[in-house]
Amino acid sequence: MNGLQRPTFLAIALCLMQGAMAQSSKTEGWLSSPGVVGTMVLLGIVLFVAVLIIAAKVSRLIQQTKEKHTVAEGRTGISDEDRARHEAALEYRLRGNELGGSATAFDDKALIAGATSEPNNPIVDEKIYSRARLDVPKPLQQLIIWYLAASTFWLLFGTSVGEYLGLKFIWPDLDEVAWLSFGRLRPVHTNTVFWGWASMAMIGLAYFVIARTSATKIHSYKRGWWAFGLINFSVIAGNVCLMAGINNGGGEYREYVWPAMLPFALGLILTFRNFYATVKRRKIPEIYVSNWYLLASLVWTIVLTVIAYLPFYQDGLGETITQGYYMHQGVGMWFMTFTLGLIYYYLPSSLNKPIYSYSLGVLAFWTQMLFYTMIGTHHFIFSPLPWWLQTVAIVFSMGMFIPVIAGTTNFLMTMRGSWSAIGKSYVLPFFLVGVIFYFVGSSQGSFQAFRFTQNVWHFTDFNVAHSHMTMYGIICFILWACIYALLPKMTGREPSQLLVGAHFWLAFIGLFAYTVSLMAGGTVKGMAWVEGVPFIDTVIATRGYWTWRAVGGTLMFISHWIFAWNFYTMVRQPLPVVPSEIGNPIPAEL
Amino acid sequence: MINFHKDHATLVNVALMGFVLLSTGVAVTPALSMQDNNSPLPDMPKMTLQEQRGLNVYVSEGCIGCHTQQVRNIEMDKTWGSRPSIPSDYYYSKKRPDIWHNTPSLLGSERTGPDLTNVGVRKGSEAWQMLHLYNPRMVEKASIMPRYGWLFTEVDSTAVKPDDFVLSVPADKLEHPGHKVIATERAKDLVAYLISLKQAPLPQGVAPEDFIATPGANGKPVAAAVAGAGAAAPAVDGGAVFSSVCAACHQPDAKGLAGAFPPLAGSPVVNDKDPLKMVDIVLGGYSARPNYGPMPSQAANLNDEEIAAVINYVRSHFGNDAPPTDAATVKTQRAVIAPETASK
Repeated sequence: MNGLQRPTFLAIALCLMQGAMAQSSKTEGWLSSPGVVGTMVLLGIVLFVAVLIIAAKVSRLIQQTKEKHTVAEGRTGISDEDRARHEAALEYRLRGNELGGSATAFDDKALIAGATSEPNNPIVDEKIYSRARLDVPKPLQQLIIWYLAASTFWLLFGTSVGEYLGLKFIWPDLDEVAWLSFGRLRPVHTNTVFWGWASMAMIGLAYFVIARTSATKIHSYKRGWWAFGLINFSVIAGNVCLMAGINNGGGEYREYVWPAMLPFALGLILTFRNFYATVKRRKIPEIYVSNWYLLASLVWTIVLTVIAYLPFYQDGLGETITQGYYMHQGVGMWFMTFTLGLIYYYLPSSLNKPIYSYSLGVLAFWTQMLFYTMIGTHHFIFSPLPWWLQTVAIVFSMGMFIPVIAGTTNFLMTMRGSWSAIGKSYVLPFFLVGVIFYFVGSSQGSFQAFRFTQNVWHFTDFNVAHSHMTMYGIICFILWACIYALLPKMTGREPSQLLVGAHFWLAFIGLFAYTVSLMAGGTVKGMAWVEGVPFIDTVIATRGYWTWRAVGGTLMFISHWIFAWNFYTMVRQPLPVVPSEIGNPIPAEL
Repeated sequence: MINFHKDHATLVNVALMGFVLLSTGVAVTPALSMQDNNSPLPDMPKMTLQEQRGLNVYVSEGCIGCHTQQVRNIEMDKTWGSRPSIPSDYYYSKKRPDIWHNTPSLLGSERTGPDLTNVGVRKGSEAWQMLHLYNPRMVEKASIMPRYGWLFTEVDSTAVKPDDFVLSVPADKLEHPGHKVIATERAKDLVAYLISLKQAPLPQGVAPEDFIATPGANGKPVAAAVAGAGAAAPAVDGGAVFSSVCAACHQPDAKGLAGAFPPLAGSPVVNDKDPLKMVDIVLGGYSARPNYGPMPSQAANLNDEEIAAVINYVRSHFGNDAPPTDAATVKTQRAVIAPETASK
């Protein structure tokens, strides 16, 4: 089944693209170009993993049916009376009160972690409820929940804007309001999901990691609240400015003017000092590898923001070099590095085992700094920027395989042996998809720097597909995994498993539709440009792909509302922690 | 002995210093050198105050999100300019405007709309630019660009002042038939900026950088493209000139837009036995008809062969039927009408 999947997928992709192709010697044999083949294989991997997850679920289901079947049919040579008794037994259903009788009972020792009336639900398999409760100090719990609540709000707001923008590609006349025009809203979408959703969620989740892995209390909750206010203020002020037509200069992700971005930088500085002070008074000698990533990511991003906004070298193409550096590092040093730090804690802790290799994590850490920093200019290949800088960027883009493979190997090896747990957990599929996209999205970015693929794909919708594959496929999925892993343990409230499943599959299928349609559309468009087709004809040719993008985007968007509801059910009323013999909650004061 | 695993201060400091060093090498130093080693081309006009204000509108409306301004040194970008962009091209436009804003990020990273490096040459008509901003789909049906209605105001015909720019909006496209659409100052600034976007000529004797031939899928340049460069220049395709230069206003079917741009199909000027009047209009521009927008001169954009080819194309297509002209005639007329472009 899985073996068949890849050729089938390639055939579909081929049909998608072949239609609009004007082929000549310039683009002949494009399908066998190394960059295109590499990208196809990577997409195949994603599909392969999706099939794997489905296969795991289906096989569990079949297994269960089979067991029943053999029990029912497998007994020959037994008396009719026995058979009748057995059939009656098959019909027997637990009423739920067999052990306790009809008297009211109370679970004094909190032995029961979850209960269900449908143990063999055929649609979604019953997942294991997280049994462990963590006794998180009240102020920390509140701080984390508020960071995550704000981030969820920004996710909904930011992706509402994104969804609306996607529709404008199909209906450009949706409105004619200055504040809602495409040019003004586009940076609102990107900056909101960057600085509002992902950044707030990351910091919130990190507060738990920092305290837990240092076995101590957070240095200052007050600083945490200050940073919370500053970052939110930054996103609000920045967005209002953008919609009013106040734009810093159009450079991606630094569209907020500096007075709006300054609170964000201050928030990061406060967060760093808070984390650092907490790590400093840790009660164990070693600094857990997660904290390497978290602390470094904060330091790097503060430096990065300062370099991006200082005015001394921003005239002429100096601005372009800074822009390439900034927009790449914004993703690489902030979102990616920080999220890696979160994975190093949340993934092993969800699997209840240590990380596969500590050393690989350290190797990935230093190579992340070395390679990622050097490749900003690969956004401006063939531009008037110095040729040596472009060459450095391409070479180091290939070097990115080292941290990416080191990280992916580490995470997959940590998961190894626990594959059966994926079918039983609602957290692990999010991790698996995030890790796979970490490999696929990052490698695909390197393939994009090849000469032919760069010619065809640059400036097209392919870029948008790539950025969603990484920011959404990696960052969002990992953040959701961490949130679903942490909150139930902290509040004692589980989300509905059906709804978590709906969130996962809508987001995953939506993302796949989104990226594949834009990749196909971008390829069609880029090849038409190479052929010299008039520009407006390439706009018309991309229409269908934009429609599919909107469909995928809508699925993703719906999944965010489901996530918001799940979030609400997890935090609305935290259960008090009842000390029990097996629950073993972590004491409040460590 | 350095122990990153136990010494948080060393860990953080090394990560900080490493990153600062790398960033200085790969971003700050090259950026400083690009900023300092730059000067304008000798024939590059300075930006006027109005164009500068137009650039601010360009940034504020987020045009950069969809339009690039860089002709890369690869073959496919020939559509957007006659030579690859060089750092000097951005000498005037990429300056920090004030303390609140950063330098405009003009190069862009997405080409959802066309590249604008040379848009002043391709679409030099103020009337077209205004109408296109007001409603892009009026002049280009398949366009997905937003309408910028807030850069215009609709006023009663009697309220139009003499120095207002009145848009040539066809009467049936207006909500109130008696009204006129006039451009606000911001629209005027923006259009002035757009029309000023032209690649400056390189100094005499300086050859532009070659465009890199499209690599084949296997990474080797395609043989045909290499051979084509050495062969004699092919005859000019009048139809191609028409689509890239004339069709924007006169429309691909040459029927024009009522109230905005006159039709070429069946036009008496086009069908005149004597081609001289048509040659003169193309070379010198035309604004004698108040019911249509003015036509800009094409003398600086097109050479004699291209003008002759496109005139012959129009005179023999769209139901028109008139005898052809030739490049020599255009050359003679050019010497009279636009002598400053005669050396081209």
